[in-house]
Amino acid sequence: MRSWIRSHRWESLLALILIATIVGNTIMAPVYLGVGNIVNLFWLSIEKIIVAVAMAFVIINGEIDLSVASVMGFSAAVLATLHENAVVPFGIAIIIALVVAALAGLIQGLAVTKLGIPSLVVTLAGLIGFRGAARVLLEDGSVGDFPEWFDRLGQRTLVGPLPFGLILFLVLLALGWFVLERTAFGRKVYVTGNNPAVAKYSGINVEWLKLRLLVMSAVVAGVAGILFAARLGSVRGSLAEFYELDIITMVLLGGVSIFGGSGSMLGVALAMFTVLNIRNGMGLANVDGIIQTGVVGTLLIGSALVPNVIQRFRVRFPTVGRYEPDAAEP
Amino acid sequence: MSTSSRRRLRPDRIKELSLFGLIALSVVVFGSVVEGYLSGRFFNRVTTSVVVVVILAVAQSLVIVSRNIDLSVGSIVGVSAYLTADFLQSNAGANPVLAVVIAMAVGAALGAFNGAIVAYGGVPAIIVTLGTLALFRTLVSLYSGGANVTADVLPDWVIELNASTLVSAGGFDLRTTFLVAIGVVVVFQWVLARMRWGRRLYAIGSNPDAAAQAGIPARRLILLSYIGTGSLAGLAGFMFMVRVGTISATAGSGLELESVAAAVVGGVSILGGAGTILGAFLGALLIDTLRLSLVRVPQVSEFWRDAVLGILVLLAVIADSLLSRRLSGRVVDVSAVESATSSTATAVKGAADA
Repeated sequence: MRSWIRSHRWESLLALILIATIVGNTIMAPVYLGVGNIVNLFWLSIEKIIVAVAMAFVIINGEIDLSVASVMGFSAAVLATLHENAVVPFGIAIIIALVVAALAGLIQGLAVTKLGIPSLVVTLAGLIGFRGAARVLLEDGSVGDFPEWFDRLGQRTLVGPLPFGLILFLVLLALGWFVLERTAFGRKVYVTGNNPAVAKYSGINVEWLKLRLLVMSAVVAGVAGILFAARLGSVRGSLAEFYELDIITMVLLGGVSIFGGSGSMLGVALAMFTVLNIRNGMGLANVDGIIQTGVVGTLLIGSALVPNVIQRFRVRFPTVGRYEPDAAEP
Repeated sequence: MSTSSRRRLRPDRIKELSLFGLIALSVVVFGSVVEGYLSGRFFNRVTTSVVVVVILAVAQSLVIVSRNIDLSVGSIVGVSAYLTADFLQSNAGANPVLAVVIAMAVGAALGAFNGAIVAYGGVPAIIVTLGTLALFRTLVSLYSGGANVTADVLPDWVIELNASTLVSAGGFDLRTTFLVAIGVVVVFQWVLARMRWGRRLYAIGSNPDAAAQAGIPARRLILLSYIGTGSLAGLAGFMFMVRVGTISATAGSGLELESVAAAVVGGVSILGGAGTILGAFLGALLIDTLRLSLVRVPQVSEFWRDAVLGILVLLAVIADSLLSRRLSGRVVDVSAVESATSSTATAVKGAADA
């Protein structure tokens, strides 16, 4: 246990914050730990946390995808347009919307790997362009009246108290953990993020790896966008606008290095749970949404800053506590 | 040192020329498609609307060259615009210069907060400023309590300043606010290209280890650059107030990405160490020219504008990268550059941790 804590300092810190949040919330509102509230807590942000799982791969790989929220809006808009004009059966429309999302990822992936433009720039253009494409399709209207099974999928429970989206998230999270930390593919993601040159000379096809990750990120964003459409029951061009910052915040709070090469799925999961619990708890206490955002922002800075300050204090005054050379690795 | 710095500058000049060419090209293309496009009115519209983004692009470049970033500039614009407007609301007789000073001081204080955590707290800039993007916005929301400051309670000079013209010739007006933006560009172009602390920011951005070995006080300079970025974002907040008039708690949201886009299109490398203020200015000008030109093309409905703009920005970046590679006469092995920079980044991280 002690050695696990020592090698997983970041995760331990997050777990501590999470437990404190849960205990605090439960004391404040006893209904907090009820199954209904727990499911609800995930349910209100389900699309963000689904996309964050894919984002963790992209950032650990040393890239970033700012376009996810726009791709969410775009794929939902494609689905809504096909449905409104009754061009194809609804099931086919969902598949087309996902293919469009994959194409969006492919274009960006090719720009990054073949043209060598930094992903931050490419996906910044994607953020503007795909949001624009969603507006082109839906203009300023909203499209609803989806088939009943689709609305039910997004709004009702599927197994016991669990809705479809939550089951999908749990499966994706488990799969993400397994692939990232237990397979050769996952090791390649880390190695490439840590040092692309070393990865290249170790025989990893870096470009192919990055291309696949950016396509995967866009496809997952497409799935999340469609799920969002089902949950809301209607789609607007502004669906999921500005979600990218929340998603990236969760991943970075999870201890994933923005430079790539380090971070864990456990950390990202703990960060998601912490953010959701803090927001939910403050919601129960009637704290305004904008203050919740500020608290999450402060948490993001504080959780990165406090360990560094403690570390520096220890280096400067080695006799206080015990100096541990490995303590700085987040 | 002097020969190597002269060699460094050459690709920058090429980049600026190619951007200038792209702006000229888009004006010619739109001019041949749209009737009455090449008019003083269009020039005036662009030079009025581009002011805020130009100042922010300069602000953003100041931190990007040292391999940092400031995603909180949009929120700083919001805070400074709101506080300044609120001040003018209750002190209608106040001197305009005092209002500018307040806006910039507010920005400088917020920038110092960012800079202190980045430079002395050892936290990556993107994490700090992603946090303060939310935090500063929360502050202005709390302060405002949801109330707007409307244009009609502001002193008259605020509204007049937006349309005030220094020189006018044949319908082409040189607005005061645009000249201020040009002044900011000139001053910081000179600072980054000629002054010691400007050159040192490039050194920190291109190789932090070497910069540290050379005895450059990186922490102090990075703090200073964030204070500069904050003050400029505060000035942009003042300009925002002048241009928009009515200020809500959400004023300026989204400007952080616009400023990054302008700097990056302008050839300021997101990996630090390369790019010029003049380039960032041209990048902002190119994006805004494209955006406003699309408004004039009747075939492009308002819903198409963002989509087309995204494509044009991407095309501009691609064209620019191909053009400057061709002109500089060598093909850059991108993966080699990436690996070099990323291994330095890892090394820096290690150094910061140790």
